[in-house]
Amino acid sequence: MDTVGAQVNGAALTAQVRKERRRDAASPFVLDVSLTIPPGITILFGPSGAGKSTLLDCLAGLVRPDAGRITIGEEALFDSASRANLPPQKRRIAYVFQSLALFPHMSVEENVSYGLAYLQGQERRARVGEILTAFRVENLKTRKPGEISGGEKQRVALARSLVTLPRLLLLDEPLTGLDAALKAAIVEDLRAWNAAQRIPILYVTHTREEVDALGERVIAMDHGRVVSAGTPQEVLDAPRRKRLAQAAGFENLLGGTVMDVRESDGVMRVRLEGSASEIEVPLGYASAGDRVRVAIRAGDILLATELPKGLSARNVLSGQILSLDRRGNMVVARVACGVVFTVHVTPGAARALELAPERQVWLVLKTHSCHLVDD
Amino acid sequence: MEALFLSIKLSICVSAILLLCGAPLAYWLANSQWRGKFLLESIVALPLVLPPTVLGFYALLAMGPRGPLGRLWQAVFGHGLAFTFSGLVLASVIYSLPFAVQPLIAAFESVDRKLLDASAVLGAGRLRTFWRVILPLSVPGVITAVVLSFAHTLGEFGVVLMVGGNLRGITRTVSIAIYDHVQSLEYVEANRLALALLGFSFAVLAVVYGINRQVARQIGRMWTPWAPR
Repeated sequence: MDTVGAQVNGAALTAQVRKERRRDAASPFVLDVSLTIPPGITILFGPSGAGKSTLLDCLAGLVRPDAGRITIGEEALFDSASRANLPPQKRRIAYVFQSLALFPHMSVEENVSYGLAYLQGQERRARVGEILTAFRVENLKTRKPGEISGGEKQRVALARSLVTLPRLLLLDEPLTGLDAALKAAIVEDLRAWNAAQRIPILYVTHTREEVDALGERVIAMDHGRVVSAGTPQEVLDAPRRKRLAQAAGFENLLGGTVMDVRESDGVMRVRLEGSASEIEVPLGYASAGDRVRVAIRAGDILLATELPKGLSARNVLSGQILSLDRRGNMVVARVACGVVFTVHVTPGAARALELAPERQVWLVLKTHSCHLVDD
Repeated sequence: MEALFLSIKLSICVSAILLLCGAPLAYWLANSQWRGKFLLESIVALPLVLPPTVLGFYALLAMGPRGPLGRLWQAVFGHGLAFTFSGLVLASVIYSLPFAVQPLIAAFESVDRKLLDASAVLGAGRLRTFWRVILPLSVPGVITAVVLSFAHTLGEFGVVLMVGGNLRGITRTVSIAIYDHVQSLEYVEANRLALALLGFSFAVLAVVYGINRQVARQIGRMWTPWAPR
């Protein structure tokens, strides 16, 4: 494991990156992070869509940030203030893509020597041979990527990136689809290589298992931001904030306490504040005893006049209608179930169900309509 | 038979020129983010929809003694451009342009962007990426482009007639010779030429598609110009 201060050769990466991406007009995605990566392996952890790959593309120079500053040691690779922007060819950063992107028409040896165009024949062959041996693929030299196994491809992709002696290594989920033993073996070879080089390695993953297996430093990202950073324990078990919805746009915002977490069912039970009702919500970053807020859209709630049976929805609450208000072509019902819910129904449905104040009703909430939100 | 050899010579010249000029044009069209790109794309595709006579007519005007191209040619080479082999090549290049450029665009665009990113990160500039990655992976598209422009030029009639006329050994291509024979009711001669053209065309296509199949297998993915994309 690496301890800072012990024979550090490589320089740390520091990056402040802001990049706006319009996926659709309604919800622009904004990547806005600031991080420092010392030599050694750092894991970048987060759900897909958190902005991890965009961040890596910005670091490698494949995507130009809107603003920010990226430096390795003293050298600025990108600086929006001084308009500096090194092209990817000049950054000396290695990048292993999730798809690996081996050149299908070249042999393993040609792939690995691709980045050494500036070297002469003899030296080039020596360097390629060395790295192929370090990653245990020297016997595959003449094969094409289509003729070798998944694990071998991953080793070749690593060798191709590292043979150029980069200052930073970016790994975008490079080992997905490999079994744990094979993964561990490859990571060991990577660690062995980096024991001599001591460069910062940014390893992207969205699975917890990989964090546990690799982890020394972890940076957790979500919604384009760094959510937390530290050891795997600190990041994964500390206040869980995974997939926090924006509170805006939800008619029902309910406080509650997590009763228990059922990992295997993918749910947590939350007791609603001020009532005896418990509802199931999707697994979020919270532990038993934590106080959370649950947001539910009024249009996502089903209203029944009899106790429903045979439903896939897990949450059925009984209550009493407090009021009904016609608003345009929608009826807003307020229903008391210990806490007061706002429910939207159509005027037709309200008529057909003969809804009226004080009538006894049941509310049906799909688990996945219940969103944990940030305070 | 002289007409058949002239047609083949014309087709070879046209395909070679189209490959050299079409590849950079196709590369640019495949990668440019320029907003006015559609205009250039329309111009490249024009010969697909224009009647050959319209194209040939304007080519003739441009190459004539008073046309800009004709005068330029006169100034540089000392003779006119219309009704010469060079004029025929030039008009045919324009006429077959989409047949070369469109398969090339399709081939260049179908190369995985991640491979280009990988090449850039490994230090390769645009030119090296083009030669070492894009072009080798586009070989089937290149072959298709050459074959289509070759075949298209071999069979052309309207443009040749407008620009080249019917000068024996200079601009009298096989399709015009066949037409001539039929007009003079020389069906035996017409049949001889037509059959030779048919056999030659089939042989070329068969060889090329055979090679294409081999190459595609080697690259590891099938490529046909007709597949929807």
